[in-house]
Order: sequence, then structure tokens, then C-alpha cells
Amino acid sequence: MSPRKKFIVSHAPFWHNSSSIPERTYHSFLAALPAAIVGIHYWGLPALAVVALSIASAVLWELVINHVSKLAVTIGDGNAALIGLLFAMLLPATTPWWAVITGTFVAVILGKQIFGGIGGNSFSPVVLSVAILSISWPHLFDFDGMLVDYDLDFVMVYPLAAAKHFGAGAVADFSFGDLLLGRQVGGIGATFGLGLIAGGIYLIIRGFIRWEISISFLAGVFAAALIFSLIDPTRYAGPMFHLLTGYTLIGAFFLATDDSSSPANFVPMLIYGAAGGILTVLIRNIGAFEDGVIYAVLVINLVQPLIDKIRPNALGKVV
Amino acid sequence: MLKKSFVGIIKPRLEYESLTGRVADPIQIPPPSTATLLVEGPVEKRDASLLSEGDAVAAGQTLRHSEQSDAYAVATVSGTVGTITPYTGDFGRIYTAVTVLSSDEKPEPTDPVVSTPPSLDTALSSLTCLPGAPPLKMFADETRPIHTIVIYGGDNDILVTTNQYVVKSRTSSLERGITALKQITGVDRVVVAVPGEAMQTYGHLGAEVKKVDIAYPSAFPQMIMHSVLGQTLPAGKACEDLGICFVTAEAVASIGDAYKTGQYPVRKLITVINKAEKQQLVSAVIGTPISDIFRQLGITLQDGDRIIVGGPMTGSAVYMEDYPVMPDTSALVVQDKNAIPFVSDYPCVNCGECVRICPTFVPINMLVRFLEAGFYEEAADQYDLYSCIGCGLCSFVCPSKIPILQFIRLARYELERMKSAEATHESS
Repeated sequence: MSPRKKFIVSHAPFWHNSSSIPERTYHSFLAALPAAIVGIHYWGLPALAVVALSIASAVLWELVINHVSKLAVTIGDGNAALIGLLFAMLLPATTPWWAVITGTFVAVILGKQIFGGIGGNSFSPVVLSVAILSISWPHLFDFDGMLVDYDLDFVMVYPLAAAKHFGAGAVADFSFGDLLLGRQVGGIGATFGLGLIAGGIYLIIRGFIRWEISISFLAGVFAAALIFSLIDPTRYAGPMFHLLTGYTLIGAFFLATDDSSSPANFVPMLIYGAAGGILTVLIRNIGAFEDGVIYAVLVINLVQPLIDKIRPNALGKVV
Repeated sequence: MLKKSFVGIIKPRLEYESLTGRVADPIQIPPPSTATLLVEGPVEKRDASLLSEGDAVAAGQTLRHSEQSDAYAVATVSGTVGTITPYTGDFGRIYTAVTVLSSDEKPEPTDPVVSTPPSLDTALSSLTCLPGAPPLKMFADETRPIHTIVIYGGDNDILVTTNQYVVKSRTSSLERGITALKQITGVDRVVVAVPGEAMQTYGHLGAEVKKVDIAYPSAFPQMIMHSVLGQTLPAGKACEDLGICFVTAEAVASIGDAYKTGQYPVRKLITVINKAEKQQLVSAVIGTPISDIFRQLGITLQDGDRIIVGGPMTGSAVYMEDYPVMPDTSALVVQDKNAIPFVSDYPCVNCGECVRICPTFVPINMLVRFLEAGFYEEAADQYDLYSCIGCGLCSFVCPSKIPILQFIRLARYELERMKSAEATHESS
């Protein structure tokens, strides 16, 4: 008798649609790149250095924790690189090297790995890291102060700071065209609105992020800003200004949509996004901070498990 | 294999295959030299006077191995009993495998096994192993009276066209089968559910005809109950608990043939899906080793390939080439080793693909966390473990490639074991 052939035996289903985690992260990475590249174009080599150092150090921190915890090496899934890129995109171009490395440490290790790695984090690692750094070293996120040596051919004032301190009148200096094309002061990759919108739309169409979150986040920002500007048009900037400045777009498409810290059901996604958008404008207009996206995203990350309990009854559920 | 579409925002939609136009006749596989039949129950309890090596058997004769059990198989070739060995199936089910060596000698004619008129007793004692495996035992259970029979003229799984072919090509057998089934069971209400279009052609069957959507998994009994009969099956209940029994079209047609000819039908219709995902209908005698079918169709197998009995979403993989065709084998799938998607131990990232594709709205993202940790009771109480119908779409779309359906079935199996262990503990 010939030796028996050995077959693969496993459980149903035997088909898979061949989606994968690396696919999701690499496409998010690609979608974020245009905005980062335009940022590097405006802010020059220092910005490139920050982006490169951030990605490299994030991947290295992931490798270090993999070895320390004696678990499988997970840098191949691209999540650490994506964290590095997104983190750099939120920083001003002149961020010192130690702050970048500390930031990626906080993001990768405190933000993600101590919760058990990818999928275990209850906060977006990038947002958590920016929050911790901006509290520890507030001057690092003072864009006007950090970018004071730059003199480019557009208004060299951080738009949200201008709106906060000088009211809606100061906002008139910024044209929507400039804001869309990245001709504004801000984080390296957070200013090029057009690129962020294009990247976001790409991710939505490909199904890598959920449109419900992004759209409701933007709608929340728009509605809340509109109400404020209707109440007092001299003090509060209009909704379009809020949509195109600060971290709004990168927050809507790349930060609030972080898989493991956002809900999965339809209605919770809408609530989650809208709450984030409204909180952003509340913090910007009546809170102490210039930009509210970071804390708004942290708060909605926090309540996500609770709101994700709003879900349709399973078929045949006996109450 | 269906890949994720470029436009990922659109929900992936698996559709059942529909047979249209003129359908090619199935390829006839010659009767095997050795047929293997599985009888439920352990080989140790065998009563040698009922069944032993060397016994002469005729096609259509029932083979019992023990007086204590109702289980039997029906010989599908005439000849002598070869070997009697133990066999363990999925979830540790114990069988006795009986081989029948086919011989050309005409056996002395036995009593016609299918005697008229149809009655539940005679049907129970000879017809439960008909091609299509009619679930006749359901009708004998007096605690759960059946009031509706649903005959589904399609198949549960994608790419499989076995029962559709039966409905299209064996309408008269089906018609006779429905009449016989009504006589056997005393059930008046018979519903024929057919996939997609062309339902107007079945008006003469003597049954209500209903249409079933062609999107997977609308053909699952639970989904048919929900969308066609308008009854939602409470989680954890079986359709029979509500008095509804599902029978495959092939089983009904086999009953019809059995009562018409008095002969025991031995040929099972099977959809074979080859490595290039092309389907081919074959007709093989029950008990034929599946390697015979592959040889006839020119399918070659190598180490590392996968053989699946059943469809690509719900079947079960087998580890041997000479696995026999069973009364309920409606499909065989062969996958090349390079086409096999593997599962992984990667964690859930909460992307929600499974939640959005689940036809019964089970919160799989939460469920799978509890199942991974072994909290089966919590999973059943809070996260709708028993609402799952087992379609496997969650595993199909999971980017982490978590074997979600396997987790779910394991959890149910373990809960069942716990329950029966408690029951024995209490009674002792």
C-alpha cells in the first residue's frame, strides 16, 4: 500500500476574502502619506527628520517590547509604522529629537503594547501620546512659538490660536484655499486638508475605515461651530474654518477611526463621531485649549465600550 | 475564491449558484468494488449474530449491528461483508464502519424493502438512509409534534447545486415523494421553498411554493423560517421545537422513487467542486470512496491539499481519500494547497466587519473575546452565542483570520458537555 497522502484538515469556512491586518495598516499609511509629503515640502528638512525619526523609533520601540515580552515580532503588520507616521504628522516641524522618541515610546508602549498589543488599546495610541506630551511640555505644541523661525509666503500664525485670542475677526486673514492646500501653520501632516480628505475618502471607499465615524465627526464639528458662530459671529469662527484648521481632518479620518478604540455598530458609530466633533468645538470655543481634537478623541475613546452596547437585537434573542 | 472587492465599503455578498437553462446530466460513477457504510454506535457492542464478516448481503438490505440501538445502514451493493472497524467522526461521534465487497453473484431476492402502503414504522425501519437523509426520526418524537414540512429545493452552501438539479430534473419523483411523505407523517402542510426565480413552474407539486433569496445564507433553515415563514426561531431552539421540519428535495425525491419502484435508491447526487472552482454534478452509489469520484473526474490530489465534504462555507474537511459517500453528502470540494487560506492567532482589532455582515446581528466582536478566554456561559448569556446559525461569514471576512466559527462551535459543544455532565451528576 502506498503511503497515505497527508491532507490539510481544518474547520469551516474554507474560504476567506483575503483581507488582512497588514493590508489595512499599509493602506492607511499610504492614505496619510500625501499630507505628510506636502507638509515636508513646506517645512523642509526638519520636518522630514521628524517624520523619519518618528516612524523609525516607533518601529524600534515595537521591536524592543516584542523582545522584552518574549512574544512574536509584530512590526510586520505595519501598525507601529502607522503610529509613527501619524504621530509625526501632528508635531510641529521643529520638534526636538528626544520629544519624538519619547512620544513614540508613549504611543507604542504605553498606548498600545501594555494593553496587549494591537486590538487591545482602549485609546488611540497616537492621541494618547500627543495628550501626554502636550501636558508635559506645553511649549512643544505651541505652533507659533515652535515655528517662529519660518517665514513662508502665507499667514504665519497658527489659525486656532488666532481665533482663540483675537476672535472671529482674525480669521478673515485665512483663505479657505490656503487652508485646504496646507498653506497654514500647524502639525507637519495636519495642514494639507485636500490630501487628508483624499486619503480619507480613499480609506472609506476601500472599506478600511468606517465612513459613519468620519462623516459624523465632521458633521459634529460643522454643526457645533455653526451654532456658536450664529450666536456670536464676532467671537466665534465659522464652521468651515473649524473644519479646515488644527487636527480636525486628520482627527476625523485617521485618529477617531482607530479600529480598536472605536465602535463597530451603526448607531454607536454615529454617536461616537458626532460627540467627538461637538466636543472638539466646545473645547476650542469655550475650553482652555486652542485645539480640542486630542481631548475630544480621548473622551469618545473612553465612552466607546459603553455606547457600543447600543446594538440591534440578535435574531431569535429571548429577552 | 471570492476576494474582497476593491470598493470595500460595499458589503461582500456571496450568492448561491443558480442552475439556469439546460443542465448537463450528472456523470455516473460506476458502483464501487468496496462500499463503506457507517452505522452509528460503537463496534464493541456489536451482536455477531446480526452482523459479522463474510455475511452475504443484498443491495437495499438494512445492516444493524446491535439489538439495543435503532441505528442501521443500508447496503448499497450486493456482496459480502468485508471488515467491521470503529470510526470516529466529527465531535467524537462513534461509528461502526462496515465494508461490503461487491460481487457479481445474484443474491437470492429478499423481500421488497419498500412495501406499500407508506407508513411511519416501515419508513423509519428502512428509509432513513436514503440519498438526502430524510430526517424521519423527527416525526416519531411525540414530544415535539411536527405540523409543517419545508422542502428546500436548493442547497445551504454556495456553489452547490445538488438539490436544485433534483427539483429541475426529477419533478415527478418529487411530486410522488410529497404525496408519500404526507401519508407517512400525516402532516398536511408542505411548503416547497425554491431559490430565486422560476418558482411559477412548480405549481403542480401539491404544496405551497415560496421563493428564497439567493444571497448567502438565506437558505439556512433559520433564515427560511424568518424570511419565508415569518417565524423567528428563538435562540437555542431547533426548528423541530416549533413543529417545522426541513427535508431536502433529494430526500423527498428518493422517497418518491422508493415507493414507485419498490427498489431502494442507492445513488446520491453530489456537486464536486474542483481546484479551479468549477462544479460538476456526479451520481455515485452511497458508500463509494470519494477517491473513485476524483479518479473519474481526473482530479489529482497531493500532500497538503484539502478535501471538504460539504460546501466551502459549512463543510468539514476529511483526512482520508477513501472517505465514503454518505447519505447526506451533497458536495465535495477540493482545494489546492496553494489556495488554502490559513487561520491565525492574531487578536481581534475590533474593525467590526463581522458585526456588519452577520445575518443574525450577533455582536461577534464582543463574543469572540469571551470565547477566546473560555467564558462560554457569559458568551451565551450576554452575547447571543445561541443566535449564531453557523454560516461562517464572520470568519470569511475577518482580517485577523480568527477561526470565529470554530470558536463558536467549540463553545456550544463545551456548554452541551457541561450540561450533560451536570444532568448525570444530579441524577446519580
